[in-house]
Amino acid sequence: MNLHTLSVLVENKPGVLARVSGLFSRRGFNIDSLAVGETENPDVSRITIVVNAESSPLEQVTKQLNKLVNVLKIVELDPQVSVARELLLVKVRADRATRGQVLETVNLFRARVVDVAPDTLTIEATGTPDKLDALLRDLESFGIKEMVQSGTVAIGRGSRSITAGPALRAA
Amino acid sequence: MTRPTPETLAHSARRTRANAEPATADQVAPGTHAAASPAAPGVRQPAQISGAGSLVRSLEALGVDVVFGIPGGAILPAYDPLYDSTVRHILVRHEQGAGHAATGYAQATGKVGVCMATSGPGATNLVTPIADAYMDSVAVVAITGQVARPSIGTDAFQEADIQGITLPITKHNFLVQTPEEIPQVLAEAFHLASTGRPGPVLVDIPKDVLQAQTTFSWPPTLDLPGYRPTLHPHGKQIREAARLMNSARRPVLYVGGGVLKAGATEGLRRLAELTGIPVVTTLMALGAFPDSHPQHLGMPGMHGTVSAVYSLQKSDLIVALGARFDDRVTGKLDSFAPDAAVVHADIDPAEIGKNRHADVPIVGDAQHVIDELIVAVTTERSAVHPADLGDWWTQLDDLRKRYPLGYEEPTDGTLSPQYVIERLGKIAGPDAVYVAGVGQHQMWASQFISYERPGTWLNSGGLGTMGYSVPAAMGAKVGRPDTVVWAVDGDGCFQMTNQELATCALEGIPVKIAVINNGNLGMVRQWQTLFYNERYSNTELGTHKHRIPDFVKLAEALGCVGLRCESAADVDSTIEAAMAINDAPVVIDFVVGKDAMVWPMVAAGTSNDEIMFARGVRPTFDEDDI
Repeated sequence: MNLHTLSVLVENKPGVLARVSGLFSRRGFNIDSLAVGETENPDVSRITIVVNAESSPLEQVTKQLNKLVNVLKIVELDPQVSVARELLLVKVRADRATRGQVLETVNLFRARVVDVAPDTLTIEATGTPDKLDALLRDLESFGIKEMVQSGTVAIGRGSRSITAGPALRAA
Repeated sequence: MTRPTPETLAHSARRTRANAEPATADQVAPGTHAAASPAAPGVRQPAQISGAGSLVRSLEALGVDVVFGIPGGAILPAYDPLYDSTVRHILVRHEQGAGHAATGYAQATGKVGVCMATSGPGATNLVTPIADAYMDSVAVVAITGQVARPSIGTDAFQEADIQGITLPITKHNFLVQTPEEIPQVLAEAFHLASTGRPGPVLVDIPKDVLQAQTTFSWPPTLDLPGYRPTLHPHGKQIREAARLMNSARRPVLYVGGGVLKAGATEGLRRLAELTGIPVVTTLMALGAFPDSHPQHLGMPGMHGTVSAVYSLQKSDLIVALGARFDDRVTGKLDSFAPDAAVVHADIDPAEIGKNRHADVPIVGDAQHVIDELIVAVTTERSAVHPADLGDWWTQLDDLRKRYPLGYEEPTDGTLSPQYVIERLGKIAGPDAVYVAGVGQHQMWASQFISYERPGTWLNSGGLGTMGYSVPAAMGAKVGRPDTVVWAVDGDGCFQMTNQELATCALEGIPVKIAVINNGNLGMVRQWQTLFYNERYSNTELGTHKHRIPDFVKLAEALGCVGLRCESAADVDSTIEAAMAINDAPVVIDFVVGKDAMVWPMVAAGTSNDEIMFARGVRPTFDEDDI
């Protein structure tokens, strides 16, 4: 897998996510994950897209994205100098006998228990996709009843900000 | 062809407002301010007006002189102020006709074409012409009514999510949310449609937004922070391109529709003559470089000339100007022009490197690119002696002589379609506008009519839309009423959109239609002949065998003059008779043989090396010369 993380700054307007995701499907590009939310500027949303660039040249993806009128800026985040995280919520079988072991795993991964039921625990964890995969592998043996995962969000390290460009001030 | 900028938009707005100020006194809404400089002449305090009124005032301010459309429930409020407007509305018979008419108008005039339709089926009938304009990068603004805001998403009567439907086939589209934003959205739509790489823009306006009261002020401020087309090329890339152009031994200028859209044809001629490099013009670029010019090799691609196809295939440098390496040009991509370095100049960065790697990518408007190339090549040539193109021209001239465009007279005594089209081009001449449908007649019209000037050849290139020709010719004639406009159509295409001849007859739009009637879906039949063992499944239309419909009677029923021609001896006199009629549309039913084929041909999916000059005839290339 040749994964690249793109931070796409877009105008915060109705339908923009549909424009971006529709572009990916119709141009035959593969999205590995996608997450969207507002930025510090309420007129600007930030879409983090992890794209598999084996099947489609990354350059063509960014050029086509740039053609969307509502797209303000695209930055590829180098994994060496950026922080990428996903959020995982997972409901795990945990009865009297196994609860202790489950909690031990939770602590090991610096995850948190966010809901308790007589026979399950709901666990919240954030981290890199690798870390969450490892956590899930450990939890699998107890029995995963349900899980939900966010797309990756990512930000560059250091003091520089990608939202400081002139186009973004105009937005 | 000039393209409006925000400045010219604002200028034309002021001019229009000054000339066309309605007699009724505008009420000035207290406490509101004009969006732009209050000092600008002609700008007044905002006036109280309906959303529909604001739409029509915006169209007037944008300099729109004609809108093609059909009213219906959701768009109905807009038709009331339109009734009093300086904007001419042409009532078409099918929304597809409105869309293609807007496209034909835009292609013939260089201005933005406008079409209008109601919600639901009205809007979905615009989908084909919008997709067509998108593929051929034509500046069209489509305005559609939408159901009232509270009804959106309820599957209301005549509701269709036209914004969603047209996402992949528009440059951009808008669903207007409030009446206040109408002038700004319209100004943005026209700006987007006509600048950068042109394309269709759709503006969907809910009925209650049209009905609501709002204020109108002009000019609005454009707010498009993510839209910054690059017009000026990078100097370093230009110099590198000039260096390659000076040193290449087998160079070709591969000219696409972008050169016409940029109005860069004069510059192209100067660049070609300065360098002596051979020129090929794509289907979208016919007329960008005179067909009669000795450096013009013709059209490349599936039905291009042998010399044009060969020149690209054997070149060591392709200079692509506003072209996109379409599959109909490249043939099998892996084997396209294997030895060529590529300079690719286009206003759309996404086109560069999309199909073929570019060694020198240049992003910019073709006019600027060509102008700067002329300067850079001149400088380069003063420093370095240019490579001798003598051998290259010897090879190309030899091919031109051995494999000219031509056709064989049918042996069964039927009328030759190529002859009809060739005579039409000779009699109507290079000042006429020719508008083709899609199929064999389109290819013959591209081959056997001589195009000398920009804006004289309109066709549906990218989408290949049958039915384009009649309504596009109507739009072209509206835009250029003093020019002779000939639609060259097939009997299949003609039956898709000929209802617009009623529009032409009633609105005083005297287009001329040459129906190249071979009784069949001719291009499909040609493929069945070549690739399906002559099994003619569903290509016989009955326009010969049963004379259904009778095109002469059909023309007369639609308020046109109908003529028929069935023999070579009558071709000239019939065309001349049509040329003499200027107060009504004319349709000529040219009954031609069904077995004529389009040659040369590079079969779909094969290499350009496999070009066939005629059935069973491969050109011979003297490979030792290369």
